[in-house]
Amino acid sequence: MNSLDKGTAGQGRPETIKAVPVRHPGRWAGAVVIALLAAMLLSALFTNPAFKWDIVGKYLFHDSIVHGMVVTLELTALSMLMGVVGGIVLAVMRLSPNPLLSGTAWVYIWVFRGTPVLVQLVMWNFLGLIWAKLSIGVPWGPEFWSESTNVLIPTFVAALLGLGLNEAAYMAEIVRGGIQSVDEGQTEAAHALGMSQFQTMRRIILPQAMRVIIPPTGNETISMLKTTSLVSVISLEEIFRAGQVIYSRNYQNIPLLIVVSLWYLFFTSVLTIGQYYIERHYARGSNRTLPPTPLQRLRGLFAGKPAPKTTADVVPGLEGGGHV
Amino acid sequence: MTDLTKTPADAVAAAEPMVRAENVHKSYGPVEVLKGIDLEVKQGEVFCLIGPSGSGKSTFLRCINHLEKINGGRLWVDGELVGYQQRGDKLHELRDREVAVKRRDIGMVFQRFNLFPHMTAIENVIEAPVQVKGENKAAARERGMALLERVGLADKAKNYPSQLSGGQQQRVAIARALAMKPKLMLFDEPTSALDPELVGDVLDVMRGLAEEGMTMVVVTHEMGFAREVGDALVFMDGGVVVEAGNPREVLTNPQHERTRAFLSKVL
Repeated sequence: MNSLDKGTAGQGRPETIKAVPVRHPGRWAGAVVIALLAAMLLSALFTNPAFKWDIVGKYLFHDSIVHGMVVTLELTALSMLMGVVGGIVLAVMRLSPNPLLSGTAWVYIWVFRGTPVLVQLVMWNFLGLIWAKLSIGVPWGPEFWSESTNVLIPTFVAALLGLGLNEAAYMAEIVRGGIQSVDEGQTEAAHALGMSQFQTMRRIILPQAMRVIIPPTGNETISMLKTTSLVSVISLEEIFRAGQVIYSRNYQNIPLLIVVSLWYLFFTSVLTIGQYYIERHYARGSNRTLPPTPLQRLRGLFAGKPAPKTTADVVPGLEGGGHV
Repeated sequence: MTDLTKTPADAVAAAEPMVRAENVHKSYGPVEVLKGIDLEVKQGEVFCLIGPSGSGKSTFLRCINHLEKINGGRLWVDGELVGYQQRGDKLHELRDREVAVKRRDIGMVFQRFNLFPHMTAIENVIEAPVQVKGENKAAARERGMALLERVGLADKAKNYPSQLSGGQQQRVAIARALAMKPKLMLFDEPTSALDPELVGDVLDVMRGLAEEGMTMVVVTHEMGFAREVGDALVFMDGGVVVEAGNPREVLTNPQHERTRAFLSKVL
C-alpha cells in the first residue's frame, strides 16, 4: 500500500472519471415490446369471460381442493424422503468395492429408471392382481404371517411406492455424482486419522457432497410436487384429481385448472425459497463470505446501512486480518 | 507430553525400530514404483526421504500407513506388520476396521493439507478424537485448543480452512494429526504447496515436534531442514534407495553420482 501511495503521490489524487455511459437502445426497444405483450396478456386474462375469475375465487379454498393440496404435499414430502434416503443407500452401494452391492444397485437403477413412472404407479396399484396376498415365511415352505395385498397396499401406499422407489433411482445418480465430486484427498485424510469407511462417508464425504447434491435435489422436489398429479390415474384424490372431480360435476374445467395451477405455483415458489436457504447453509466453508440474503438486503436498505457480511471477513495470507 | 520426551540413547538402540522395511515392492499394474526398499526408522528419529519426483518416496510413505498396499516384501510399524497378519506361514489381509485401528497411532500430513473444508479449524482438530476414539467433546475441544495454541493458531480456531493461508492450513493439519496422540508422524512434502514466506512457520512447528522426540518420517525438498533437524536421510531414485546416512554427511559429501547430480540441482 505504502509504495503504491508513494508512486502516485507526485501527481496527487486524479479526478474521478466522468464519462458518457454506453447506451443500450436495444434494451429499451425490447422492454417496450415486452410491456406491450404483458399488457395484452393481462387484458386477455381479465376480459376473456372463459377464465371465470369469480369461479376461480370461489373454489380456491374449497374444502376438497385444500384437502387435495394436503395430500399432494404429503405425497411429495414422503416420496422425496424415500427418494433421498434410498438414493443415498443406492449411491453408496453403487460405489462400494463389493460387487454384490454395486451389482444390486445397478440392477435396481436399471429397472426403475428404465420404465415410466406412470406404468410403475399403475403396477403398484394392481399388485393384488399379481399376488393376491403377501406373506412372510420360509420360501416354498410354511407361512408365519400373511395379509391381502389390497389391504396391505391401499392407494396411498401404492402411490408412495410408485413415486418414491422411482425417485430413489434418480436420486442415486445425483448422490453418486456428488460423492465423486469430493476430492480424493479428503478420504485419504480421514482414513489416515483412523476413521472407518462409514465414518468417512457420513462425517467427511456426504456433507461435502451435499453442496453438489442439493441444487438438483431441489429441482427433483419441485418436479415431484407436479409429478404427484400422475397418481390421479389410480384415483388418489390429490389436488389435480380433486379439481377433476369438481369440474366433472359442474363443467367449469378452465377455472378449476387455474385453481389447481395457482396452488402448484404457490408451493413451487415456497420450495424455491427453501432451496435458496439450504444451498446457503451447505456453502459453509467454501465461500469466504456469503452474500447477504434478500431479507438481509431489504433490512439493510431500510436501515440505510450496507447489508452485513455474515462470516468473518478474512483475507487469506494476512496474519491478524481476521476476526473470530 | 511425557510420552514425547526423548528416550535415552541406549534405550533407543535396544528398542524395536518404529518402521522397518524389508525388500518392499509396490507396483501399479505393470509399472513398478518401489523396487525393493530396505530401511529402518528408529524410535524418536527424524528420518528424511529425498529424491526426484517419481522416485517413489511419497509412495513409500503412503505404504507405511497402508494408504497403499505393498505387493512384495515386509513392512513393520512398531513391530507389527502393516496391512497383514501372519498366522503360521500364511499372510492374512487385515479387515478395513483393523487397518483403521492401526492408523490411529500414525499421524499424516499431506502436501495439499486436505483439511475438511466444511469444518472450522478446531472442528478439524477434534473430529477424529471425538468420532474415532469417542473422547468427550468438551475435553477434546480443550486439548484441541492447546494444540492450536502450540502451532500458533489459537485465534483462528473458528475459521474455516478457506479463510486461512496455506501455511496456517498446514499447521492446523499438523495439529489435527497430533490430536490423535500418534507415536509416528508422516510428512508428505508438507511445505511444497506453500508460498516461500510461509514455509518457515510450518518448519518451526516440525522442528518443535522433533525436539520433543516425536518419531517423524519426512518426505521433503527442504535440504536445510533435513541437514539441521534430520537424524537420518535416504536418497531415493527410480524406486530404490541410492544412498543413506547422516544428513549432514550425505548432503555435503554424497558418495553416489546420482545423489550428487540431484543435489547439484536442488541446493
